[in-house]
Amino acid sequence: MSSAREEILERIRDAMGGSTPSRENDYAAIPRNYVRHGSLDAEAKLELLVDRLHDYGASVFHAGDGEIASSVAAALKARGKSSLLIPRDLPRAWLPDGLQFFREGSNYHEVDASEGVLTDCALAIAMTGSIVLRHSAGEARRALSLIPDYHLCVVFASQVVETVPEGVQQMKTFADIPITTIAGPSATADIEMIRVKGVHGPRTLDVILVA
Amino acid sequence: MVSVLEELGHSVEFRPAQTCCGQMHYNTGYQQEALPMMRHFLEVFRDAEVICIPSSSCVAMIRDHYPKMAAASGDAAQKLAVKDTLPRIFEFTELLVDHLGVTDVGAFFPHSVALHPSCHSLRSLKLGDRPARLLNSVRGLTLVELEQSEECCGFGGTFAIKNADVSTAMLSDKVRCLLNSGAEICAAVDNSCLMHIGGALSRQRTGMRVLHLAEILASRNKQGAME
Amino acid sequence: MSSYVGDAAKAPKFQTAAKALVQNTQLRHNVKRATGVIRNKRAKVVDEMPDWEQLRDSGHEIKQHVMRHLDFYLEQFETNCKAAGGTVHWARDADEANSIIVGLVKAQQAKEVIKVKTMTSDEVRLNGALENAGITPYETDLADLIVQLGEDKPSHIVVPALHRNRMEIRQIFLDKMNLSELGDQPEDLAAAARNYLREKFLRVPVAISGANFAVADTGSVCVVESEGNGRMCVSLPRVLISLVGIEKIIPSFQDLEVFLQTLPRSATGERMNPYNSIWTGVTPDDGPQEFHVVLLDNGRTKVLADREARETLDCIRCGACLNACPVYRQTGGHAYGSMYGGPIGAILTPQLQSMEHSQTLPYASSLCGACYEVCPVKINIPEILVHLRGKVVERGDAPFEEKMAMKAAAWTLESPEHLEMARKLGRIAQRPFVDKGVISHLPFGLDAWTRTRDLPAMPAESFREWWLKREKETGV
Repeated sequence: MSSAREEILERIRDAMGGSTPSRENDYAAIPRNYVRHGSLDAEAKLELLVDRLHDYGASVFHAGDGEIASSVAAALKARGKSSLLIPRDLPRAWLPDGLQFFREGSNYHEVDASEGVLTDCALAIAMTGSIVLRHSAGEARRALSLIPDYHLCVVFASQVVETVPEGVQQMKTFADIPITTIAGPSATADIEMIRVKGVHGPRTLDVILVA
Repeated sequence: MVSVLEELGHSVEFRPAQTCCGQMHYNTGYQQEALPMMRHFLEVFRDAEVICIPSSSCVAMIRDHYPKMAAASGDAAQKLAVKDTLPRIFEFTELLVDHLGVTDVGAFFPHSVALHPSCHSLRSLKLGDRPARLLNSVRGLTLVELEQSEECCGFGGTFAIKNADVSTAMLSDKVRCLLNSGAEICAAVDNSCLMHIGGALSRQRTGMRVLHLAEILASRNKQGAME
Repeated sequence: MSSYVGDAAKAPKFQTAAKALVQNTQLRHNVKRATGVIRNKRAKVVDEMPDWEQLRDSGHEIKQHVMRHLDFYLEQFETNCKAAGGTVHWARDADEANSIIVGLVKAQQAKEVIKVKTMTSDEVRLNGALENAGITPYETDLADLIVQLGEDKPSHIVVPALHRNRMEIRQIFLDKMNLSELGDQPEDLAAAARNYLREKFLRVPVAISGANFAVADTGSVCVVESEGNGRMCVSLPRVLISLVGIEKIIPSFQDLEVFLQTLPRSATGERMNPYNSIWTGVTPDDGPQEFHVVLLDNGRTKVLADREARETLDCIRCGACLNACPVYRQTGGHAYGSMYGGPIGAILTPQLQSMEHSQTLPYASSLCGACYEVCPVKINIPEILVHLRGKVVERGDAPFEEKMAMKAAAWTLESPEHLEMARKLGRIAQRPFVDKGVISHLPFGLDAWTRTRDLPAMPAESFREWWLKREKETGV
């Protein structure tokens, strides 16, 4: 296909004609006067995140550092569940006794039959209520956090940034791995513009916020 | 417009040689045909101190497109003429409010009025609240809220002819909002919109009429004095 | 090699299509309601942003920058995508893109593909090419599913089934999904779609997607969505093919910070849409093990070559201009005869087809400017519409009567003497049609105005005459 490639590139060069400024200088000259850093203190930032999470219907469980396992148990109890899938490297300390946790299988139908999935996250963005998953080996691969109907996610306060630019800056550092940003359960407004939750992704999303 | 300005103590000149700014042709794609009209406009108003235009769409045409047209023509004299003339051009409410610093022109008009902000006045000239401030200073006048006021009335120059069905559909929405406002009169700073809106108000026998802002500002009571 | 945009070349003139659609009261109601809802949502989340205008400025400048260096960034994207295990193909036009993609699917011996988020595939008529090769494509975006099952055409860039209400959708699902019963609430319809598609997500080995952004400095691709079918399609199948218009490139991963803010707020009125998927090449043990990008030209380089219209390519397909457009509100998207409708469609569709067809699209606008006001990358659509109208006239494609009328008008307006002559003539000619100062009917083909609107008669005394008379009387 090299001839198509060469032809398209040639068309582009013809289209521009004449000289254009040096690309690096041209790029550096792009004005960026939008907000690039947050201004909220840690507490306000967390409050904003919680507000956004509630806004799209996620339940938020607050936990201290050593209380993750008990929060997981509380969430499962609240949702009437007794088992979850987990990624390979999820810390054991997060798993409460008396409930079942399965390292995922490779079969999509197995995953589909599960009660839900428990994952960590890479970071969260307060302003939009976004949770960012990084799918590196050992962390939840994409199918795992997608197919189950219930997603329970652990977010540490230290992982929360206020603005989208700050979030993207962090995401850039692991941009070679697949990334999924989540801002609510799946939804559609294709029917009369009425927002309906729960089309294909997990219909229920809960967050354990560790402060 | 003449009466308002003279009442304020200014001398008004009208140059009968003027024709048209060329907007209709330019916007319909006949940009070449608009060039002689621009040339003529610049010639006619060459040394005028202040040029007042009671039409925001014409002003927008001149401000937004004359520089481009002159540059494209490659005629240096034209480019200079445009550069020289533009700062002296004012839309009518701009002239009153910005240049003359006046919002109360001593008018009396005891009627309810809904103001339709024409697209050029809203988005090109960004006249903002100038027209409303002028109307609010008119004694006896009630300025009535207009719902969905920022929606285009559907005139759009030759659009009203080339796409008459859609134009009429848009107009019907505008008329509905105007009738809902309960106002007696629809006012605007553009006669093109007014001709369009007025055309429907009349055809549908709505009992509502249209007036240009300037006509309202020129209204006095029977004695011709302020109320 | 020629570029085409779906079936737009065969579409009726805008005026003709619009005439019928304007009389479709159900459609007008649906469209008005839906666009009203999105506009309000958008206004709310945009008003929240103190730096909205700055984001628009930067978005505009980033896109303009990319267009100035598009060759560099495409090559950089290709290098980085390949280094991460992806394969990059180049397609000069629609037919070539289809041939590449059909070939890739056939190489898998696959008889079915699942599709997500790709209007570009409609542009090149991919579904037809797949079906001709014995491959069944399944649309998985809910709206595209509704359109596909309803054997219909999309009418909006972001909400393609906006012209359908729930009852119509329910009937389509009942008929085509072989259901014996189905509720009529939106939740019931969404659940039906979920069931219908789920088994396909878990089974079909090949997916075809579009891309919202292709990042040059990392070789990543980003898909922005709400329903979850995007995540399904880009991470479950064995093979993923992404059809990407060359204008989707952005220079740097960091630049997503602008577009991931302006796109969701503009498109659906959300601070952030539910899911964004970003991936680079192939990842062992996670997702597709074969990833192909097909970079598509299909007329885009021609748009690039037109300096005054180049910024058409800046579009990030948010659909805000459609929602804001008072013309679109009255007709819906089908009037534009293209999957790209509304204001952006009126400038993109004709240009991709080299102005040979869709000459009426640049005139499908009153130039009100509402689109420019809401465009997150500040494309001056009205300006480009006027520019394209100039091209239509230049090519001699304007209707004959119009050309004659404009010539006559130009003659009239060129000099005060001509204008005076026309005025005198007009006063005489109008007489048979004036009744109490109003003209309500004009003869022959002149009645486009008077069919639905009255026209004020020319005044008995023109301003000019009044002025000159006053001058004489007062000696001023």
